[in-house]
Amino acid sequence: MTTTPQDARAEPTPLAPGAPRSGTTFLGLPTAPRGVGHLRGTQSFPDAARTALRDGQLRANLGRATTTIRGKRAAVVAEVPHWEQLRQAGKALKAATMAHLDEHLEELERQVTARGGTVHWARDATEANRIVTELVRATGSDEVVKVKSMATQEIGLNEALEAAGIEAIETDLAELIVQLGEDSPSHILVPAIHKNRSEIREIFRRTIPGVDPGLTDEPRQLAMAARTHLRERFLRARVAVSGANFAVAETGTLAVVESEGNGRMCLTLPQTLITVMGIEKVVPRWEDLGVFLQLLPRSSTGERMNPYTSTWAGVTPGDGPQEFHLVLLDNGRTAVLADEVGREALHCIRCSACLNVCPVYERAGGHAYGSVYPGPIGAVLSPQLTGVEDNASLPYASSLCGACYDVCPVAIDIPSILVHLRAEHVEAQTRPTAESVAFRGLSRVMSNPRLWHLAQRAAGLGRFLSRGRPTLPAVLPPPVSAWTRTRDLPTPPGKSFVQQWTEEHRR
Amino acid sequence: MSARDEVLGRIRTALGEQRPQVAVPPVPGPRSLAPAELLHLLAERVEDYRATVLRCTPDEVPATVVRGLDLALGAGWEPADVVVAPGVPAAWRPSGAPEDDGRPAVQLAAFAATLTGVATAVAETGTLVLDGSPLSGRRALSLLPDVLVCVVEAAQVVPDVPDALGRLDPLAPLTMVSGPSATSDIELQRVEGVHGPRTLVVVLAG
Ligand code: SF4
Repeated sequence: MTTTPQDARAEPTPLAPGAPRSGTTFLGLPTAPRGVGHLRGTQSFPDAARTALRDGQLRANLGRATTTIRGKRAAVVAEVPHWEQLRQAGKALKAATMAHLDEHLEELERQVTARGGTVHWARDATEANRIVTELVRATGSDEVVKVKSMATQEIGLNEALEAAGIEAIETDLAELIVQLGEDSPSHILVPAIHKNRSEIREIFRRTIPGVDPGLTDEPRQLAMAARTHLRERFLRARVAVSGANFAVAETGTLAVVESEGNGRMCLTLPQTLITVMGIEKVVPRWEDLGVFLQLLPRSSTGERMNPYTSTWAGVTPGDGPQEFHLVLLDNGRTAVLADEVGREALHCIRCSACLNVCPVYERAGGHAYGSVYPGPIGAVLSPQLTGVEDNASLPYASSLCGACYDVCPVAIDIPSILVHLRAEHVEAQTRPTAESVAFRGLSRVMSNPRLWHLAQRAAGLGRFLSRGRPTLPAVLPPPVSAWTRTRDLPTPPGKSFVQQWTEEHRR
Repeated sequence: MSARDEVLGRIRTALGEQRPQVAVPPVPGPRSLAPAELLHLLAERVEDYRATVLRCTPDEVPATVVRGLDLALGAGWEPADVVVAPGVPAAWRPSGAPEDDGRPAVQLAAFAATLTGVATAVAETGTLVLDGSPLSGRRALSLLPDVLVCVVEAAQVVPDVPDALGRLDPLAPLTMVSGPSATSDIELQRVEGVHGPRTLVVVLAG
């Protein structure tokens, strides 16, 4: 028995109406409910990561993909001389928006309504799923086409629709791969990043009816197979469900940023459009888009601009859907907002740059995080949305190297939030865990010179123990073993700096 | 309490009495470029997306549109294969090409190519913006046919994205187009042409 922080993960407890939710913050703000959606995994991060680390294919796929995208991003960011100022403007715009989030949402509602749209509010995933299901039912359609959207993944909308007898068809290529492979997404931008071309070909061969049996693993051929497969579905679709990258309060304009044109198909052809959007996606003014539309594509796909950005305000007679619904989703976001340090996680524009540079993500893969939000942003966002007790290991899923902060287009200080959440988690512990012991112990030792000397000499012993092995063996007694098990402990130098200095100066 | 009031109430609780004051720092404007440099930059950036750019004088637009269609569709295309946005000047249209008559959007998929103008174009990012006006056409028009030919006039080109937003109507259904439809979903390798037009031809006049 070890005492790894045990995540109180999603017990399959169906929530009766009025049943206690997963938790509340000290201000009484509810976090995302258990039993619905995809914010909690079935394993803690260290356990899931250990499994992933054994998968050589996964690591190879991820390593190749993240190396490519890092290079592309760096090149297009370097060509903007005022990148840092843009980034600081993005950060400030988000902070300013959050400070008056209620007012901006009310304005957004007024503007969307004035242009013929209908605005719905959802306290949590369960309520959002119910709203969307009822809206689809009212159209009489039993299928919807979907644009890739983090919010609808977060709330588990596809499962809710399926339970109501409505088929949800993912139309983004990577989402389609994930859906056909009965898999789950592992990256914000490229959900099938863990699959290579031949694995994708196998999925297509197995699942797409009438697919050319001679289909090769050439990416172009695979993309064309998806085009053919989805074309007819787009043309017959009556209802589409999308997310939104931005919503402009002063004009009621929604924006979706995409590459393939599947988004345009969904936003243009069906009669009814339902957009599910986290409340933090609102921006106050039209001109604010000028900042974010420069930051997002360069950080995300490493392009100066993504192929297609669509914007719309309510309904336009004779062009596109004639019925538009906007569902504004809380699902724990207000609980995040209540934390003065943690609220910065709400500034995220979901570019995925922090995933692509993260050494932990690159090795463990997205599935290990157990949430639709993997990587560094997931490590700070998921535990806040669910309450830290439900994702207790995630704040530790980082080496605090700071690469995520450096690339974040809105300069979210992810390392500081991680440390903040660790402290919060340690404080909340009633029983000692490896981390709480380590953190408490560390502060005690560092404030006492004699103990510090002792500790450094003990580290010399650690070097002896670890000689010839990549990590400290798990022979150390619990709870420390739980901490060392998943970390490559750097081999300490033979002598501490103080020992060396003392010896040299004695001579 | 309604969900609306509850969510708004939660936000007020979360923010408390003392709301942070945040100053937004200014962002420097785009680099200043002479008109000729602006067009050159646009052409270069559009080509970077593996789209075709054909430059011409304003008088040469009709002939250049035909040349673009030749390149995209191969010689021997019929004017009936090309659907034209209703606001495109008569002089630009290949003779005999039908105009979008407002038929059900899905029927536009039967055409091989579309000809439109644009609302504005962004040099720095190689982006064309269509705004649903008669010149740009409705959104489905520039989406379903597999070839899109857009005519851009010199005066429509702006340096960067914020300049374009300043010229556009936030209430119009906008489509910002940067190259042909593409995906990088398979091993992050870019493949042009998924669901939107696989071929984009830009006729740049001026
Ligand atoms: S935290 Fe920053 S870098 Fe990471 S996905 Fe969000 S915006 Fe991008």
